[in-house]
Amino acid sequence: MIQFILNNEIIETEVKTGLTLLDFIRDYQQLKGTKIGCREGDCGACTVLVGTLKDDKILYHNITSCISPLGNANGKHIVTIEGINLENELNTVQKAMKDNFATQCGFCTPGFVVSFTGYAMNSCYSNTTEKDAISGNICRCTGYKSIEKAGTQIKEKVDQIAYNSINDLIENKFLPKYFKDIPQRLKNLKISSLPKGEIIVANGTDLYVRYEDKLSSKNITLIAEKPLLKGISLKNNTFQIGASTTVTELLENQEFNKQFNDLKSFLKLISSQQIRNMGTLGGNFVNASPIGDMSIFFLALDTKLTLFNEENKQKREISFQNFHLDYKKFDLKKDELIATISFKEIQENELFNFEKVSKRTHLDIASVNSAGRIKTNNNIIEEAHFSVGGVAAIPKYLLQTNLFLSGKEITPNTIKKAEQIMQKEIAPISDVRGSNIYKRLLARQLFFAHFIKWFPNQFSLTNLL
Amino acid sequence: MKNIDSFTHLRGESIFVDDIITRQDTLFGLTFDSPKAHGKIISVNYAKAEAVPGVIKIFTYKDILGENQIGGIIPDEELWAEKEVHFIGQPIAFIVAKSEKIAKKAKQLIEIEIEELPVITTAKEAKEKGSFINAPRSFNLGNTENAFKNSDFIFTGETFSNGQEHLYLETQGCYAIPQENGNIKLISSTQGPTAVQKTTAKVLGVPMHKIEVDVTRLGGGFGGKEDQATPWAVMTAVAVQHLKKPVKYILNRHDDLRMTGKRHPYQSSFKIGINKDLKITAFEAEFLQNSGAAADLSPAIAERTLFHATNSYFIPNVQTTVLSCKTNLPPNTAFRGFGGPQGMFVIESAITYAADKLGINKKEIQEKNLLKEGDSFSYGQIAKQVEALNSWETATTNFDLKTLKSTVQKFNQENTLYKKGLSLMPITFGISFTNTPMNHARALVHIYQDGSVGVSTGAVEMGQGVNTKMLQVAYQTLGISPDKVKLETTNTTRVANTSPTAASATADLNGKAVLKACTLLIERLKVVAAKMLSVATEEVSITENVVFVNGKNSDLSWEKLIAEAMLQRVALSENAHYATPKIHFDKSKEKGHPFAYHVYGTAITQVTLDCIRGTYEIDFVKIAHDFGKSMNFGIDIGQVEGALAQGIGWMTMEEIAYDKNGRLLSNALSTYKVPDVFSAPKSVEIIPLKTKGNDMAILKSKAVGEPPLMYGIGSYFAIQDAIKQFNPNAELKFHSPYTPEKVLMDLYAEN
Repeated sequence: MIQFILNNEIIETEVKTGLTLLDFIRDYQQLKGTKIGCREGDCGACTVLVGTLKDDKILYHNITSCISPLGNANGKHIVTIEGINLENELNTVQKAMKDNFATQCGFCTPGFVVSFTGYAMNSCYSNTTEKDAISGNICRCTGYKSIEKAGTQIKEKVDQIAYNSINDLIENKFLPKYFKDIPQRLKNLKISSLPKGEIIVANGTDLYVRYEDKLSSKNITLIAEKPLLKGISLKNNTFQIGASTTVTELLENQEFNKQFNDLKSFLKLISSQQIRNMGTLGGNFVNASPIGDMSIFFLALDTKLTLFNEENKQKREISFQNFHLDYKKFDLKKDELIATISFKEIQENELFNFEKVSKRTHLDIASVNSAGRIKTNNNIIEEAHFSVGGVAAIPKYLLQTNLFLSGKEITPNTIKKAEQIMQKEIAPISDVRGSNIYKRLLARQLFFAHFIKWFPNQFSLTNLL
Repeated sequence: MKNIDSFTHLRGESIFVDDIITRQDTLFGLTFDSPKAHGKIISVNYAKAEAVPGVIKIFTYKDILGENQIGGIIPDEELWAEKEVHFIGQPIAFIVAKSEKIAKKAKQLIEIEIEELPVITTAKEAKEKGSFINAPRSFNLGNTENAFKNSDFIFTGETFSNGQEHLYLETQGCYAIPQENGNIKLISSTQGPTAVQKTTAKVLGVPMHKIEVDVTRLGGGFGGKEDQATPWAVMTAVAVQHLKKPVKYILNRHDDLRMTGKRHPYQSSFKIGINKDLKITAFEAEFLQNSGAAADLSPAIAERTLFHATNSYFIPNVQTTVLSCKTNLPPNTAFRGFGGPQGMFVIESAITYAADKLGINKKEIQEKNLLKEGDSFSYGQIAKQVEALNSWETATTNFDLKTLKSTVQKFNQENTLYKKGLSLMPITFGISFTNTPMNHARALVHIYQDGSVGVSTGAVEMGQGVNTKMLQVAYQTLGISPDKVKLETTNTTRVANTSPTAASATADLNGKAVLKACTLLIERLKVVAAKMLSVATEEVSITENVVFVNGKNSDLSWEKLIAEAMLQRVALSENAHYATPKIHFDKSKEKGHPFAYHVYGTAITQVTLDCIRGTYEIDFVKIAHDFGKSMNFGIDIGQVEGALAQGIGWMTMEEIAYDKNGRLLSNALSTYKVPDVFSAPKSVEIIPLKTKGNDMAILKSKAVGEPPLMYGIGSYFAIQDAIKQFNPNAELKFHSPYTPEKVLMDLYAEN
């Protein structure tokens, strides 16, 4: 039985765990404020908040309920637009939206209100802005300027509140009073384990886009909360990351952030906040898209995967470079899960960069993406790990290019030669994300971009072309 | 005044079609559509699908008791294909089942055999093969042939502007409920309730009075629900006619994207003559409109392309021709701007090209040729109360174009990885349905005996705030407080024979009708009040729910006045009709005075281009816009910003793609991208033009829905300008949208 709190009400249901949270909310609970816009996480009209108990606090995140399995609500607090309404008056977020004419047709509006509310609840410990909060909400009427103004007003209000505790938010009319008792009520729930099914799902951000029809009438095996797959740790200069870690968890992890000059700027290019709150690393790897952002990111980190066999409890370790075998084929045997993702800490003499170009900069699939990690010593590249996506059947680790670069001096000539080797390693095809000629050109540009970013004084476009 | 729906919108309490709590016996519909773009239907086998438990009936053309015809302008479109299919997504059958899931399962079991015929996907191909919707249309002014002979310079070129998906957040849908005696009530997400009613009656073979269409609001329309909301409503009605049970049909996003038409792609060619003094002497253009497989609204859209082919410029010699080309794509349809944007893109391209070849700034040509008072449009209307120059000067002066330009110049000198570009985009857009007989509306106003007021009009609320404006007209005219007025749903039994909510004209037409109805009521009530107070009628006025005599509070309240009027058996309801005066157009001569007035404006757009990656950001759009005397500035600003974003989307990232077999490739939100919060211009500044306003507009507040979309065209030319800064050798291409792909290819193109 699935148990959770929906707004102010305890839900106990035997409905199949594979049903989408959206359908449960609208069809089983008749809460019609959460809208259906696209059913693939690309519009945000179905945004709800998920509250997860951690110690004595609840962390709230916004998600798109259309691609989230009901089973993952087990033990959580799910908040829809109805759950943040005050009696007979607009709450602070709603008032800011109204004051700025930020609602026109009204269809996307509840999603924006919910996302902004999530921001208000998170702003003190999350490194996101009010604009990030609505990165997954599409509005076709307003052109966003009025919504941005509302966002600024909300931010100002939030910044005035000392600790953004639930009590503060209730007092400042962001939330109704019942939120106060939710942590205790969640603790009191006697959560039972859920039935299993044939299909394994983490948070479902990809599977529900493709197979909602098949999943929604079934019980599924949910693995996102498996302790074996959780956690980020740094031991002996090596990062160990559980495969069901979400992109948001990476973004909010301090140790992980320290590795990169500007992790936020990289990860903000990946999907929307709603989906970053759900999408797992392991999920992105087994989705096996040649353009998978996290695959490209971790390939360049020279990552190892620990695979765990659920049946015989055996582990094996492989290099991530060898994981993807062919288009949508990967080295994962029956009963095996990706358990841990590990890579060596980035040292002082190392550089990392991630690049992505898509039709729309945010919440879009890349035309080409690329990452690079190099170890340098006196202007010599000691070790190179470059990857590029969208140009081959698999997320491409540029083995030959990397070998070529090892031991070479960092000069425009070296980079130009390396780029030519890269062109031999890739074989893009023309599709809706661009022609093969464009993808080759873009791959070159992004390869150059790494070096221009790392060595702005040494490289310019003119000396590379 | 804030949008009157704000409270329920923000609380998720506004009801859209899919949110209606349905009757328990409701059935669910799903379309089985053509998997091929062109062919003869050899056979369709429904047996397996019909056998699925829970499938009630699968409807086909055989079940139609009236006519199998939904074409509005030209009767060339079947509701369900009978013998041939003409596009992928063309409805063939309608599965009605106990749930959507069951219907989906059944759909997969339908077997169809189609003998494929050649597929046409582009307008050019259609032209070559002589495949047209109707006869071409041409507008002529002066004599281009002679003018070209005397022109110092002549330039020719070709342009392409792609289609655009409406992407209303609420997909198409309808809920049909049987009433007694075979009557049917349709709750439809449509911009054209009368079109739904009329077409349903025709297909069902029943009189129009048996069909009631009710619309509370739309989750966005943008033209996509003007004509193309109709088929889905008719399908549910056919099912109700047979089954006598409620039927609900909400299209899922993929079906909506695949089966419905979009903004028309245009392939065009131009010839422009210019003299040394930079006066445009002559302009010729041929517009090839990709109309899709049926007429839909294409002929009217083609016509508007001609109306706006010279945009804000006076050109003494014009010859423009448009051909509506029949292809095997879903019938393309109305989309905010209605063919106008496609026309303007061509003239702006022509001027850009000429300026480039002449080695001058495009601005010089634009400025020299702006429309002036008394100039003639190519369709014979004489331009009056022209604000073209006013808007141009307001924009360039108030926003200090000189400084903007020098800042950009400096930036471009100092930076190699990033380049900035600027553009100016003037607009002139005619207001009225160009089909004169459509310019009318009615309003039904009831004053209830307690003094509260209900207003019904033919206007459909779809986010544009028309109901808020109607409420403003009503309470201001009656002299009562806004809370006394309620806007009713748009319903064909209360307001009949309406034109669709379209052409930016809805607030004008319906507002004038509300104004008329309220004026009649208030005049009548003043007589009652005068009698009660023993004063002359002329001395009486009503403000804030109180009767005033010669400007002094009389203590007679609105409520008491209404109670007395009831006792005196004075009529408290009024139904007023408004038809736009003075407009006319003669299609045989292609001359007349089709527009009540024009809306003007000028936008300055600046972009920053990332020359490594080919991506760009819009730094700002600064607009001087002609609102007339805006009756609701907050709502009107929202219309400008929203239209601008849509125009920018059309010109930059929104890329419709069909393969050569007529299959939509941009078939999901993962492959069709509309602007998000990060791609909106970093700043949008809008200043209202100082004007006298226009009496043909409601309370002198000009129509605002469509015109600002065309400011978005400026983003294309600003990007092009920035590319030129990086790669002066790049050949100018007029091939929208300017996606990062095209930008990068142009940045590194060798010429």
